[in-house]
Amino acid sequence: MKIASRSLKNQLVAYRFIAPAIMLLVLLMVYPMILVIWNSFFSNYIIDPSPKWVGFEHYRWALTNDVFIRAFSNTMVFTVSSVILHLTIGLAFALLLNYPINRYAQTFFRVLLILPWVFTVAVVAIVWRLLLDPLGIVNYILSIMGFVEPGLTWFGSPERALPALILTNAWGGYPFIMVSLLAGLQGIPNILYEAATIDGANSLQKFLYITIPQLRPVILSIGLLDFIWTYRLFELVWLTTGGGPGRSTEILGTYIYKLAFSQYQFSRASAVAVILSLTTLVLAVFYLKAQRMND
Amino acid sequence: MKSTKQSTSRARVIVYILLVLSGLFALFPVLWMFLMSIRPNVEIFKWPPTFLPEEFTLEPYTKVLNNSTYLRFFFNSYIVALVVTFSTVIVAILAGYGFSRFNFRGKKILNLFVVSTQMIPPITLLIPYFSMVVAFRLFDTYTALFLTYIVLTLPYAILMMTSYFNTISKELDEAVMIDGGSRFYALWRILVPLSLPGIIATTVFSFLLSWNEFAFALTLTKSTSMRTIPVGISLLMGQHAYEWNVMMAISILGSAPVLLLYLVAQRYFLSGMTSGAIKE
Repeated sequence: MKIASRSLKNQLVAYRFIAPAIMLLVLLMVYPMILVIWNSFFSNYIIDPSPKWVGFEHYRWALTNDVFIRAFSNTMVFTVSSVILHLTIGLAFALLLNYPINRYAQTFFRVLLILPWVFTVAVVAIVWRLLLDPLGIVNYILSIMGFVEPGLTWFGSPERALPALILTNAWGGYPFIMVSLLAGLQGIPNILYEAATIDGANSLQKFLYITIPQLRPVILSIGLLDFIWTYRLFELVWLTTGGGPGRSTEILGTYIYKLAFSQYQFSRASAVAVILSLTTLVLAVFYLKAQRMND
Repeated sequence: MKSTKQSTSRARVIVYILLVLSGLFALFPVLWMFLMSIRPNVEIFKWPPTFLPEEFTLEPYTKVLNNSTYLRFFFNSYIVALVVTFSTVIVAILAGYGFSRFNFRGKKILNLFVVSTQMIPPITLLIPYFSMVVAFRLFDTYTALFLTYIVLTLPYAILMMTSYFNTISKELDEAVMIDGGSRFYALWRILVPLSLPGIIATTVFSFLLSWNEFAFALTLTKSTSMRTIPVGISLLMGQHAYEWNVMMAISILGSAPVLLLYLVAQRYFLSGMTSGAIKE
C-alpha cells in the first residue's frame, strides 16, 4: 500500500517535470494542427468573415490541379535526388574522416566538413546565386574546361533550375548525414575488421560485408529523416528561384506559401498543407519503425 | 610486413588528398563569399573572374556597420535567439529529467508524442500561426517569434537532454536523495553540472536553429525594424540595385556568431547533435 502511494506520488512528480514541455507542444503544435485541418474544410480561412463548410472540396481541387501535380512531382524529384546525394557525399566523407590519420588533422577536417551546416538558408541561397550566376565562378571553371558556353543560366533556366537547386541543397544538407554516419562507423566493433583481416579479406570486401551491413540501420533512419526534412522544404527554393521560372521548381512548400500568403487562399493552402503533413506521417511511421529496429 | 606498411602509408596519402578535395568542396563557397566581400561591387562579375580582389576594400563592412537598419537586424536576431535558447534549454532539462529518471503512466506515448511533433512540417504550422498571432495581437512582435521558435527547437532539445541524462547513472541522484536532498537539488546541483556537455550541445543547437530561422520570421513580422538577419539578407536580395559586396559582407557578419559558437563548442556538439536522431 505504502509502495503504491509512493509510486503514485512519484508519477505526479514526473508529470510536473514534463508538464511545461507538453503544455507548450500541445498549445503550439496540436492546437494549430487541429486549426489547419478544421479550416481546410471551409470556404476560406482568415479572410472570409463567415466561412461556409465545403467538405473535401479543396482536397478535390488540389488533387485534380495541374500546378499541385507539378509541385508534387518536382518535390519528389528534388527530395529523392537530395537524399541520394546527401547519403553518398555523407558516407564518402564519413569514411574519410574515420580513416586513422593524425588526430589533429582528423579534427581539423571534421570541423571543416561540417561547416556548410552552420549557415542560414538565406546565406546558402545568396552564395549559390552568386556562384551559379551566368557570369559566376562555376560557369567560368566549366567553360575553361570546355563543358559549357560562358553565360549559361542556372537558376533562371527552366531546365537547369531544379538541378541547380539540388546541387545547392546537396552542399547545405550533407553535414548532418555525414556526422550521423560517422557516429555509426565509430560504433562498429573493430574486432569484426580484425577477424576479416585474418581471413584475408581486402578493403572492398570489408566495406561491402562489414561496414555497409553494420551501418544499414543508421543509413535507413537517417535517410528517412532526411527525406522527411527535404520533402517539406520551402526556404531554399523561395530564396533562389521562388518556384520559377514558370513552375519549373515549384515544390509543395512554395506552392502552399504562395496560396496562403500571396493569393490569400488560406483554406486551399491548408488543404495542401494537410496533404503534405499526412504524407509525411506515413514516412514518419517508417522512421519510427526503423528507430525501433536500432534498439 | 614491409609491403603492408607501404600500402597503408600510400592509402594515407590518398586519404589526405581526398580530404583536401572534400574540404575544398565544403569551404570554397564560404571562401568565395569572403573574397567577394572585400572588393568593390564592379569587380564582382568581372570576366574572367579574379580569385583575389584587384582593389582591396573594407567599405562593404563599414557600410553594414554604419547602417542602423542592418544593425537592428543583428539586435533582433540576438534577442530572439537568446530568449528562445534560454527557454528551450530550461524546459528541455526539466522534461529530459522527467523522461530519463521516472517510470510513469503514459511515458511511452508522451515520448512518441515528442518525437512525432518533429515530423510536423513547419510550413503547415505557418498558416494557423499566422491566424493565431493576428488574433492574439502578436503580429510583428518578438513574442510571436519566441513562441513559434520554441516549438521548433524544443522536441529535438528534449530528445538530446533525455539521451544525455540516460548516460549518467541513476544511482547518483538516488544517493543524493537518500542523503535528504530533494529532487530539484539532485537535478540542479548534481545532474546539471555533470551534464554540461549535453547542455552545451543543446544550447548550440537551439541558438543555431533560432538564429538561422527564416520562414516564420518572414511571415510573422512585417516592419523592417522587426526583421532578423536571415530575412534582412533576403530583403537585400530583393532590391533592384544589387550591392553584392555588401550582401556578402552582411552574410559573413551574420554568420559570424553561429560560426564562432560552433567552433568553440564543436567538441560537445558533435556527439550531442546525433544523439536525438539515432538511438545507439
